[in-house]
Amino acid sequence: MFFLKILIRNAFRNKLRASLTILGMTIAILAFGLLRTFINAWYAGVEASSATRLVTRNAVSIIFPLPISYQEKIRQVNGVKMVSHGTWFGGVYIDEKNFFPNFAVEPKTYLELYPEFILSPKEKEAFLEDRKGFVAGRKLVSKHGWKIGDIVTLKGLIFVGNWDFVLRGIYRGKDETTDETQFFFHWAYLNEGLKKRGHVWADQVGFYMVGVVQPELSTEVSIAIDQQFKNSLAETLTETEKAFQQGFIAMSGAIVTAIQIVSFVVIIIIMAVVANTMAMTTRERIGEYAILKTLGFRGLHIVGLIFGESLVITMMGCLLGIVLTFPAARIISTELGTYFPVFNVEEKTLFLNLVATWIVAFIAAIVPTRRAIQIRIADGLRRIG
Amino acid sequence: MAIPIAYNIRNLWTRRLTTALTVSGMALVVFVFAAILMLAEGLRKTLVETGAYDNVVFLRKGAATEVVSGVSRDQASILETLPEIALGPKGQKLLAKEVVVLIALPKKGSGTPSNVVLRGINENSLLLRPQARLVEGRLPRVGSSEVIVGTSIAKRFEGVEIDENLCCAMREWRVVGIFDAGSSGFSSEVWGDVDQFMQAFRRPGYSSVILRLQDSSEFQSVKSQVENDPRLTVVAKRETKYYAEQSEMMAKFLRILGMSLTIIFSLGAVIGAMVTMYSAVANRIAEIGTLRALGFKRRDILIAFLLESLLLGFLGGVAGLFFASFMQLITISTVNFQTFSELAFSFTLSFEIVYKGMIFSLIMGFVGGLLPAFRASRMVIVDALRAT
Repeated sequence: MFFLKILIRNAFRNKLRASLTILGMTIAILAFGLLRTFINAWYAGVEASSATRLVTRNAVSIIFPLPISYQEKIRQVNGVKMVSHGTWFGGVYIDEKNFFPNFAVEPKTYLELYPEFILSPKEKEAFLEDRKGFVAGRKLVSKHGWKIGDIVTLKGLIFVGNWDFVLRGIYRGKDETTDETQFFFHWAYLNEGLKKRGHVWADQVGFYMVGVVQPELSTEVSIAIDQQFKNSLAETLTETEKAFQQGFIAMSGAIVTAIQIVSFVVIIIIMAVVANTMAMTTRERIGEYAILKTLGFRGLHIVGLIFGESLVITMMGCLLGIVLTFPAARIISTELGTYFPVFNVEEKTLFLNLVATWIVAFIAAIVPTRRAIQIRIADGLRRIG
Repeated sequence: MAIPIAYNIRNLWTRRLTTALTVSGMALVVFVFAAILMLAEGLRKTLVETGAYDNVVFLRKGAATEVVSGVSRDQASILETLPEIALGPKGQKLLAKEVVVLIALPKKGSGTPSNVVLRGINENSLLLRPQARLVEGRLPRVGSSEVIVGTSIAKRFEGVEIDENLCCAMREWRVVGIFDAGSSGFSSEVWGDVDQFMQAFRRPGYSSVILRLQDSSEFQSVKSQVENDPRLTVVAKRETKYYAEQSEMMAKFLRILGMSLTIIFSLGAVIGAMVTMYSAVANRIAEIGTLRALGFKRRDILIAFLLESLLLGFLGGVAGLFFASFMQLITISTVNFQTFSELAFSFTLSFEIVYKGMIFSLIMGFVGGLLPAFRASRMVIVDALRAT
């Protein structure tokens, strides 16, 4: 306890410098925490995916469709429990700025395959019965102020025209990692419209979602599915939902890497600032260290004093930064909700914050400490200022 | 009389460790600042160079990119009859009906697939894009399953060397050449015969029609004529504008990211400079008293300390920009969210970035040194001289 008191007294001997350094540390930890959260948000789709679900898409690329007739064929594959399908609709609500993901799905199987979308039985029934109905996530609904029964018009960019939908249900996520900004409706409704115009996507779907009996079977099942459609007009590529989501992220991998690097650069910058403070502190106190040595304290004691002081300063900044991270994350998640439906500070981030703080504290103290313990008593006493 | 600048330089040299730490902190901030600007500049340059001002792109109404657009054969033929189209060397109209699809190709090294633009071209396409020229092999023959790949694709993807086959749509597409389109987006594409692609990928119509105007100033009249024609459901855009729009989302993302990072980082660096300058003042109280006693004015002291801090900023700026200039060697390849396909671009250093970085660094030095310099200049001579 006594030791801690000395450390705190020492740290605040120069109040201005200490508070500036703590402020710098706070900013750095805040930035670090937010950047890590940002990366986590990027991977939110991967984290939320289930191991028992596979995604089958056209092998050429995601923009090519698969015939609806594949649904029954996939269902016959051993180990497949359930098959649903989805089509990326790419509709725009009023303005392109209001982006949210919207899909045409086979509603009954889709809701069964995605138990994380929780819908009250009454709403579920209403949705299944209304061919023009749609279901949207809680966040999306509150953002646009829709009410059950409202008619919402999307402007199709891929499937040209204005499409009307009726809100029949509002789902909420099972936990906070579930995306609550999705919009999905009956594929049958879309298909009807496309058939009337003789569109090439009539009786075609974007991708199949396949539920397997147990996760261990997923490799065999995906090989079996792809094998079945080999050498057909639309060859398929089946992978786990996780790999499918990761594929999207891998394509923008360069940006994620850049943010990751930057999050470490901020730590290095603050390291330079703290090291600077410690260097100045020890330079001023060389005389004191010489006196301590004369009194019989060992080099190790001095090491403890300097490292401890460095740690006191960085930890204060760190704690302050962590406390501020939460309100900052909340602001960002309301501002950028369109891009990042899930933006939560993870425990792992806080842990990384602490690790970074200790590293900064130690590295910053190394050079000054070396100077302080190497100096000879006589030199130290002789030195002024 | 002003205090000589040598005084500041020597002061910085005496406290080497502190100076070096402060400068390196600032250098890192300038580095990040410059790197993000360079990235945005590279992206801008790539997409601006992709389009030509005289070229006009026709897309289906409501379609933002060629990938989701569709122009039927009869509409394309109507566009072909426009009298404003420039003529080529053989007297033909400079107009290309193209089809664009995305295919997934494995990347070198990781083997993870990424989306690549496959563009069906005709003989006019190359005339419309003078920046693209063949560097290896030959052009694909009309009516064959032969393709040429851009240099960025050749560098980054597997199985795209000459005489290798790309597989797609139950056909084998033989690579017969590599073309270089400079730093434009076309370097990240694969080109082949348009009719073959349409048949193989079962596309009933074209994706877009591109033509060159005889007289660029006629764009407005062509645009209104085409968009008011009841037979057509297309919009006309200058090619430059079309490609600039494609980069909007990415550019905005980079701008927001860059601004927020720079603000946070510069706060850290300013604090670093402030700590350094405060201690520089605190260590030299007696010295400041002496200078004042010698007859230097308060203003001189203020200027001297500000100068010292600006010097720190200057050193930081130079070091940061020096390291940032090496980033030009790096090419980044990422997916453009809007077109959903691979786009390669490199960090580009421009004069504007250099001077922005320098000014930014000097501002950091100035802000960091301002309060300490005031403190130094406001000391009372007697008290300062008494301090040890």
